[in-house]
Amino acid sequence: MKKKSVCMLLVLSMALCILPGCGTKSSDTLTVFNYGEYIEPEMLEKFTAETGIKVNYEEATTPEEMYTKYTAGAISYDLLCTSDYMIKRLIDEGQAQEVDFSSMENYGNIDEKFWTLSQSFDPGNKYALPYFWGTVGILYNTKKVSKPVDSWDVLFDGEYAGQIIMQDSMRDSFMVALKYLGYSLNTTDEAQIREAAELLKSQKADVASYLVDEARDEIVAENAVMGVVYSGEAYLGHDFNNDLEYVIPKEGSNLWIDSWIVTSKCKNTEAAKKFLDFLCREDVANANFEFIYYSTPNKAVVDNMDEELRANTAVVPTDESIKGCEVYEALDADTTSLYNNLWKEIKSE
Amino acid sequence: MNKNRVQVLSIPYILWVIGFTVIPLIFVVAKAATNAEGDFTFEYLLAIFDPVHRKALLLSVCLAFISSVICVLISYPAALILKSAKFKDTKIIMFIMILPMWMNFILRILAIQLLISKNGVINHLLSVLHLGQIDIINTPIAIVIGMVYDYLPYMLLPVLNCVLAIPDDIIEAGKDLGAGKFHVLTKILIPLSLSGIGSGITMVFVPSMTEFVIANILGGGKIQLLGNIIEQEFSVSMNWNLGSGLSLTLMIFVLITTLLFGRNSANNRNFVL
Repeated sequence: MKKKSVCMLLVLSMALCILPGCGTKSSDTLTVFNYGEYIEPEMLEKFTAETGIKVNYEEATTPEEMYTKYTAGAISYDLLCTSDYMIKRLIDEGQAQEVDFSSMENYGNIDEKFWTLSQSFDPGNKYALPYFWGTVGILYNTKKVSKPVDSWDVLFDGEYAGQIIMQDSMRDSFMVALKYLGYSLNTTDEAQIREAAELLKSQKADVASYLVDEARDEIVAENAVMGVVYSGEAYLGHDFNNDLEYVIPKEGSNLWIDSWIVTSKCKNTEAAKKFLDFLCREDVANANFEFIYYSTPNKAVVDNMDEELRANTAVVPTDESIKGCEVYEALDADTTSLYNNLWKEIKSE
Repeated sequence: MNKNRVQVLSIPYILWVIGFTVIPLIFVVAKAATNAEGDFTFEYLLAIFDPVHRKALLLSVCLAFISSVICVLISYPAALILKSAKFKDTKIIMFIMILPMWMNFILRILAIQLLISKNGVINHLLSVLHLGQIDIINTPIAIVIGMVYDYLPYMLLPVLNCVLAIPDDIIEAGKDLGAGKFHVLTKILIPLSLSGIGSGITMVFVPSMTEFVIANILGGGKIQLLGNIIEQEFSVSMNWNLGSGLSLTLMIFVLITTLLFGRNSANNRNFVL
């Protein structure tokens, strides 16, 4: 008898825990999933004030974390902003909804160039709306280097041993080595990947540390002379320390595009589309740009930028500088596990 | 009646244990014993024998051991001093020892990073004094410093409790019977405080061995402990099977440690009684 009631209580409480996850939401609410500090918070309030649509806003740090949270299914997200290769993965897994972007009022604000670049992970531009983009390059201290930096070579020639920071991200570190060796960063050739891994292993002794977000801070604080960073970080780094310069090495690098998708779980697609249209509007895109300082694909914003900012290659990379750059493509399962194993080997050297 | 009340009162605890210990553990075991297709396999349970994983485990155990030993070497003399000084209010001393624990531990580790980094506070002071530079950031030494700093209170408290609880009469008696200072220490104080040291070691060794945040921050991503590999498998590589397999292996090591030192302290307590 007693056992039964305990059991009942257990079942009841578990049911209560699960319920909110599948409860139906009111139709005028959007659940938005984005990277941390990746939108001007006031814009969310503005959107609600203008349209009456409430926004539940959720944040994550890495694409992998987003994927884990999204697929865990505890929260049903309507809109999601993440990086190119993760977008590809989500599209391939049927997690995205087709959206007719051209019917949006502010569709024309997005530079044609980025629709073309997006094709590498979203053929036909059916799912992904470009939000911000940028490159990966070297942020270096001009006062501490003997000659101008223009090649990945400086990270491998030993001249700055112990003063280099690499990205603590498998893909980005391999990218540097692959590009330096003259290969594509999307290569699936095992020999090329192993060669890159060997290079990274031999480089490890010269590396001060493998960092992600702190890389910029360490270079700003002059604990390191140079490091591999994202272009947006580079711009902010320059703000703190005037001696810092950013360069996209001549061998080419990674060009990344973060985009929005409407998830297949989204029921209120009209509201989702309104949100995307809102983000493309010049005043909103500009507010977000001034909050984040990554490169914006929004033509209207770039055209109205002041000259000095537009001349900064970390903010507006020239077509020339991104000539050798490639967008990450999702790697197949075998290549991914090869990457994983080699990365572990590098880290355990 | 009384039995019913016990049952009712235990419901929150039972719910907690089922929801946050039993069910997750079942998931981990299930993941560890299967591959991505869901078929049974020993592959991930035996993955610890892979050279990369073995090296990381060895390093984890090694750093945890060094940290524990350093914690004992700091805590025990401190406890003895506090006992002999006969402070009236040991509560204040306990309070001061626990004080750092009020601060978020990641913040404290970031503070250590600022102190020992290349252009950090310590190097700055040293250069002002023309005393050369220390270069320990991003090395195992930095990680050990971080672990000792974070986990020292967990050693101090049980050791101090235990040492303070030793009746002065016993020491007096020992001295009366001709024991010198050395013999008082080795024959009376240390044996009677083994239980405190034991639980202290468990509380320092176990979290140190499973640590990955300190290794990430103070090791600059260059030093890979088993905790780091497990974290990577779950968050980046998305190989939850391998992550679970390695977690289980680590759990076995934790279990061994707890049994080893837990049993020791239990025996000792019986002996004292």
